[in-house]
Amino acid sequence: MTDRNMAKAARLKQRYAAEARFKLYGKLAIAAALSAVFFLLYTIFTAGYSAFWRTQIQSEVTLDANFLKVTPQSSNEELARANYLGLFRKNVVENNPDIKSRSERRDLIQMFSESAETDLRDLVLSDPSLLGTTQKLWFLASSPVDTIVKGAAPRDIEEERRVVSNLQLRLLDQWTAEGRVGSTFNINFFTRGDSRNPELAGLAGALAGSFWALLVCFVISFPMGIAAAIYLEEFAPKNRITEIIEVNINNLAAVPSIIFGLLGLAVILNFFGVPRSTPLAGGIVLSLMTLPTIIIACRAALKAVPPSIRQGALAMGASPMQVVLHHVLPLALPGTLTGTIIGLAQALGETAPLLMIGMFAFVVDIPTSPLESAAALPVQVYLWAESSERGFVELTAAAIMVILVFLVLMNLLAVIFRKKFERRW
Amino acid sequence: MFRKTIATLATGLAALMLTGLAHARDQIQIVGSSTVYPFATVVAEKHGQRGSMKTPVIESTGTGGGMKLFCAGLGPSHPDFTNASRAIKGSEKELCAKNGVSEIIEIIVGNDGIAFANNSKSQKLNFTPGQLWMAMAENGPKPKTWNEIDASLPNAPIKILAPPPTSGTRDAWDSLIMGPGCKEAGMVSGKECDGFREDGAVEEAGENDTLIVNRLSADPEAFGIFGFSFLDQNRDKIQGSTINGIEISLDTIQSYDYPIARPLFFYAKKAHIGVIPGMQEYMEEFVSDAAIGDYGYLLDRGLVPLETSTQEKVRNDIRNLTPISM
Repeated sequence: MTDRNMAKAARLKQRYAAEARFKLYGKLAIAAALSAVFFLLYTIFTAGYSAFWRTQIQSEVTLDANFLKVTPQSSNEELARANYLGLFRKNVVENNPDIKSRSERRDLIQMFSESAETDLRDLVLSDPSLLGTTQKLWFLASSPVDTIVKGAAPRDIEEERRVVSNLQLRLLDQWTAEGRVGSTFNINFFTRGDSRNPELAGLAGALAGSFWALLVCFVISFPMGIAAAIYLEEFAPKNRITEIIEVNINNLAAVPSIIFGLLGLAVILNFFGVPRSTPLAGGIVLSLMTLPTIIIACRAALKAVPPSIRQGALAMGASPMQVVLHHVLPLALPGTLTGTIIGLAQALGETAPLLMIGMFAFVVDIPTSPLESAAALPVQVYLWAESSERGFVELTAAAIMVILVFLVLMNLLAVIFRKKFERRW
Repeated sequence: MFRKTIATLATGLAALMLTGLAHARDQIQIVGSSTVYPFATVVAEKHGQRGSMKTPVIESTGTGGGMKLFCAGLGPSHPDFTNASRAIKGSEKELCAKNGVSEIIEIIVGNDGIAFANNSKSQKLNFTPGQLWMAMAENGPKPKTWNEIDASLPNAPIKILAPPPTSGTRDAWDSLIMGPGCKEAGMVSGKECDGFREDGAVEEAGENDTLIVNRLSADPEAFGIFGFSFLDQNRDKIQGSTINGIEISLDTIQSYDYPIARPLFFYAKKAHIGVIPGMQEYMEEFVSDAAIGDYGYLLDRGLVPLETSTQEKVRNDIRNLTPISM
């Protein structure tokens, strides 16, 4: 072999090696990204899956009509006002006659959630004929007991460092042996608003808050975004001014979201007087953020419609407006919707602007309109992560799981829209 | 059809905006300190369960931020209460008066202690304010390890997670530890006592106390500064150091024997009482025997109660609605 051929072969070998290395770097980058995602999902899942069930304790309760000072014939209002908390505590104390001192009785009562009161009230209201009978009922355990049962807090340490007392631990073991400790699906998590008791806290308020805020955001930004995109793409003259507008729309998409929050505080709350902490204010601020995303997506979709469609319609005598509304826009709609959904998914995960307009709040009542105070999903995660009670750790992770599910669903919807309706020419 | 949809949406939105503007509030709005927030939220929840009234909405804005919102004016677009982990300042009173908020009612709800805590597996230590000042101050000797300050302290690097300047906890730490510690350590006069060193030994860890607790349980050499309720809820992970030999506990905070104790407040707008429904009831609930009495539910959350005689006085104040002097 000649020298030239040998040099050629060496160079070739080098180029192949470089290519192999390049592929390897790519694979490593993907592996790093994937392992980060799996690590995230793993930590969230292991911390959060236990939030979907709750420990409950069976207890016998005599629905003593004399103690409640009602009869089965009493009106619903009288039945609702009776002292069910007192009745429950009396029953629990009487069921454990060996516990005498005041502080021990307090420990005993605190093994149960406060929801026992409303549970009993609802039971009597639904069937007043139960008054006077003795029922075996399941009651939610309080959060400290729940964390011990789930192993989220250690049990084999000194009493003063443990979340439950020695007495509570002894009773728990005794009841477990008697088969009176069970677990149930945590329905509260999906039906109730926020609470300072981890066993009663739910995500429904934040879900409703996010829903209303996104609805307001969609109602504002979707029509406005499409109108702006159509004008800029189809009608606006191409000159210096439209160029400046275009550049600024792109800039707007990159503005940090906290700035929109400050703008919302100054203009929407203080100038227009929209009520603080409401999804209406939140939705307006979020729409400022989604607007540029929608405009850019819609313009790209309009651009992708081939000129032959426009020219064909014009040739058939359609006015420019008819061309756009009857022919171009329907063809551009799938792409626009995809952009809109991705914009809304971003808005769903946004917290910073909501901080400024007061949606970082403890809200118990579930909002039924955009004008009632509400929190939002990511805000709820932050509020729970800040709480000192141990039971909120698993709730925080569970709420993150719910957000991730919604984000995946929305992105999936966007992909389906694109795959199903997008036309290629 | 498309045009029709847009028209409907736009009309709907306009209607929504108009009703928003004409909105009269029937829900109490509360802002203020993140230290009082865990207690105020529990009271709000009870208040909501009790009657037919809506549950108050509570934002945790920090004491200073809360005062700013509270003093911005009267009317439904401004909050009714603000929580505070220190008394209202003169400048804040002026701001209030300027915006027409001339009658403010001050209510003390309890006390709070600030813990200087480390990992419960590490050695439990005792500090004096002077030692803490030397360890933390920008104008101090800036030692690397604890035993450079005092031979009784361990040979371990100084690592402290401290609250940021915006928090009320920091205000209290500055006035109760940095100030007296500065004198105790014999600081030359004329130099600033406050201000943490910036060489990495003291780290401002943000407002998230849960995060500090997690850092402490992972790092046996670090110390953290936060409210008593977080120590109380995490006793399996962390322990409070003694200050001047005094243990942090409900009793020592209540008697102010523990050196880093401070009162907690909330402030009410007198002009809103009777206009926004439920304000009187909320105030009464907060200082009721069921909340802050001997077996009150706020005590379970780590609130350090007032002395019984003070409690009676506070309940009287609420009945009489006596405003503070401006």
